[in-house]
Amino acid sequence: MFDFSIITNWLNDLLLGCMPEWATILVECIIVGVILLAAYSVLAMFYIFYERKLCAYFQCRLGPMRVGPWGLMQLFADVIKMLIKEIISLKGTDKFLFKLAPYIVVAASVTVFACLPWGYGLQIINYNIGIFFMLAVSSLGVIGILLAGWASNNKYSLVGAMRSGAQMVSYEISMGLALMAIVLVAGTMDINELVWKQENCWFIFQGHIPAIIAFVLYLIAATAETNRGPFDLPEAEHELTAGFHTEYSGISFGMFYLSEYLNLFIVSGIAALMFLGGWMPFHIAGWDGFNNVMNWIPSIVWFLGKAFFISYIIIWFKWTFPRVRIDQLLTFEWKYLMPIALANLALMAVCAAFGWLF
Amino acid sequence: MSVKDKISKICPSATFEDADVLLVNVPAEDWRALAEALKHDPDLNFDVLSAVVGMDWKETLGVMYYFTATSRKWEMLSVKVAVSDRENPYIDTVSDLWKVANFQEREVYDFYGIKFVNHPDMRRFFLRNDWKGYPLRKDYDADPKLNPIPENDEKNEDNTVSYVKDPNGVIKPIPSKVFEMHDYVMNIGPQHPSTHGVMRFRVALNGEEVKKVDVVSGYIHRGIEKLCEELGYPQILHFTDRMDYMSAHQNRHCLCACIEKALGLQVPDRAVVIRTIMDELMRISSHLLAFGCTAMDLGATTAFFYGFREREMVLDIFEKTCGARMSMNYNVIGGVIADLHPDFVKDVKALLAIMPERLKEYHTVFSGNIIAKNRLHVGHLSKEDAINYCITGPSGRGSNWSCDCRKKHPYAAYDRVQFEEVLLDGCDSYSRYMVRMKEIEQSCRIIEQLIDKIPEGDIRAQVPKIVKLPVGHWYTQVEASRGTFGVYIESDGSKNPYRVHFQSPCFNLVGVMDLCCRGNMIADVITIGAALDFVIPDIDR
Repeated sequence: MFDFSIITNWLNDLLLGCMPEWATILVECIIVGVILLAAYSVLAMFYIFYERKLCAYFQCRLGPMRVGPWGLMQLFADVIKMLIKEIISLKGTDKFLFKLAPYIVVAASVTVFACLPWGYGLQIINYNIGIFFMLAVSSLGVIGILLAGWASNNKYSLVGAMRSGAQMVSYEISMGLALMAIVLVAGTMDINELVWKQENCWFIFQGHIPAIIAFVLYLIAATAETNRGPFDLPEAEHELTAGFHTEYSGISFGMFYLSEYLNLFIVSGIAALMFLGGWMPFHIAGWDGFNNVMNWIPSIVWFLGKAFFISYIIIWFKWTFPRVRIDQLLTFEWKYLMPIALANLALMAVCAAFGWLF
Repeated sequence: MSVKDKISKICPSATFEDADVLLVNVPAEDWRALAEALKHDPDLNFDVLSAVVGMDWKETLGVMYYFTATSRKWEMLSVKVAVSDRENPYIDTVSDLWKVANFQEREVYDFYGIKFVNHPDMRRFFLRNDWKGYPLRKDYDADPKLNPIPENDEKNEDNTVSYVKDPNGVIKPIPSKVFEMHDYVMNIGPQHPSTHGVMRFRVALNGEEVKKVDVVSGYIHRGIEKLCEELGYPQILHFTDRMDYMSAHQNRHCLCACIEKALGLQVPDRAVVIRTIMDELMRISSHLLAFGCTAMDLGATTAFFYGFREREMVLDIFEKTCGARMSMNYNVIGGVIADLHPDFVKDVKALLAIMPERLKEYHTVFSGNIIAKNRLHVGHLSKEDAINYCITGPSGRGSNWSCDCRKKHPYAAYDRVQFEEVLLDGCDSYSRYMVRMKEIEQSCRIIEQLIDKIPEGDIRAQVPKIVKLPVGHWYTQVEASRGTFGVYIESDGSKNPYRVHFQSPCFNLVGVMDLCCRGNMIADVITIGAALDFVIPDIDR
């Protein structure tokens, strides 16, 4: 496996050789920030194209085909369109909050984005409570959505935002509980350690039955957390036209759009980290030849591949299922999902305590 | 005792005329007593108010009512009520006896200015509240200066009025409000993804729960009935394709049948069979669209495309024979306009071959899903309400009301084919949806029986170049995709009709939105609307 920390350390030493320590940190922060934002937008563009093509195939269509080969240029056209469109300001809106809202949503998702373990030695922030930090920051996004709904002075937006608040607060519980079950297996919340503990066997196999239950629970809760179908009630196109972002246009709408797709990537990334080994290749203990072949595939490819696979499942949900209703959504969480997640956590605790893990 | 004797006993002032439907002439002051008897008397028991037609007979204004008795083999009766006061015409309301009259009387008020005493909500229905004059009156002044193109937005009309007779016999307006003081009113439409056209609902909410739905209609009102009065009979045919464009063939079939009935014209057998097949193909296409739109309104976007995939085949069949995919303009007085395309039989058979398998697929992808099932079990409409609100078609049959015109008084070739009237007793949106799915099977069955037996011969009868109907009036019904479609024609013997009224099924469907939605959630308003499956141009006309 190629260790990306060789490059980062070399760069660090190079900079230290020609400038003081504070300047090195400043320059590194700028480089990291630029790369992060670039990766953020490129991934968002990729996801838009990915979803458009996938949903087209689910629906017996071809999707975008006209601009460039297989419609590849379509996404650039879309981005340019979004950038040059007028940002409409409306009477009766709370101007400051209206403009602030999309930034909060994007800021929350970029911060989580930075915590993801991209590859061997390729991680920006690492805390000893990493996964806890990610969950905490990702829930900040709902504040942006609530603000957007409130500041728009539109009844659709307000209903959408209130739905969103109720939904995200509720589903965070089962999401947290599902991840907690895996933390029990790992015995750590440190992201780097979480990956290394899966060197011989991914957590979904280590934790066997309760881990698989936790994985399913996590997928459902994550779909709800990202406001995607069948839980896309905050937007609920057919009831609330566009829900909380009805009044947004141009790039302020684009921010919501970007963060929606990036949140999809982030929850997929967390699932990849917690259940499928993060960037860790597929290893079978004792099969050294096989493991070596797997190691030939770069770690970043492993991580992105796993994340895209989980995103595929979530996109598949969206284009298959009808939307649930708000009361059904909350009933489902509080009466079924959360009790199951709690019971699953207890089961996992028993398994971990007695060492019934692979 | 016959209906005639019974009515003369209750209302001695009534006179009778024999038309295609027995006509009772009643003075306005006796009308209320007769209406109550028609509804409640066990010998009369006319439980369905099929049509309410506003009329202007120049000296008098009035209303033609068409009733149906479901218990007596769909026997029909028409009642003519006229008032001579053109300034303040008052007629007693029947909206408390037949709930369907609520919107129907508002329509009559809108076009003729007849005020219905004791009607709870006497507002205009189609036109703006600041409209001057009553456009379907014969003395209406169409000067654009009176009603210029408005430059301001229409104000939300929260005030309504009810005309009530006080103990001294003086009729006074009692003002009231549409919504309560502190209602949170959300606007759905006219531009909204799920109102299937420019329909507007004002919904009073309590959290997400619906307290009241106020229907604001008329955004696509084109005054078709008014236009008809200035055109010859062959010229008015094309309007029917533009009302319920998903029932274009059936609607036009109905209008042609009404004119043919008035002329006493015999339609060639080939045309009769072609019309029947086309009607059923139209029904398949319409129900496929209803499937797709229901699925999409519930968020299952993929199912929508599956429905459209098969609908495309039907539209291709239409395109080959009629030359158009929408607004086919195929039926004409006395038959059909063009012979079938050589590929017709082959294409139809290809469609019939795949449909059963595809219907199973729809069930797998959409209605078999637990989320869809839970979402669709809303919008309860009991059989009594369905009859009272005259909810015909798949929506009525989803409430277990047997109301299929094709069975009740068979027309065209429906008496020579075997098919079942699909009835479900769920009384909710799911039943309405399932009735449509099963009706597709029955439509396929009808087409299967006819497709190899299309007789040879003429495709239309000899019709005079200038069609003139004798003096009189006629009412004809067919089963359109969304329910019973009725056409009323009154002729004064000239080449233009004196009055044409289209009794559209969707007009009644939208009347139950308030009843069905109350107590449900906002999301259910969309579901209920989708399962009732109204088409807006059919409501507004």
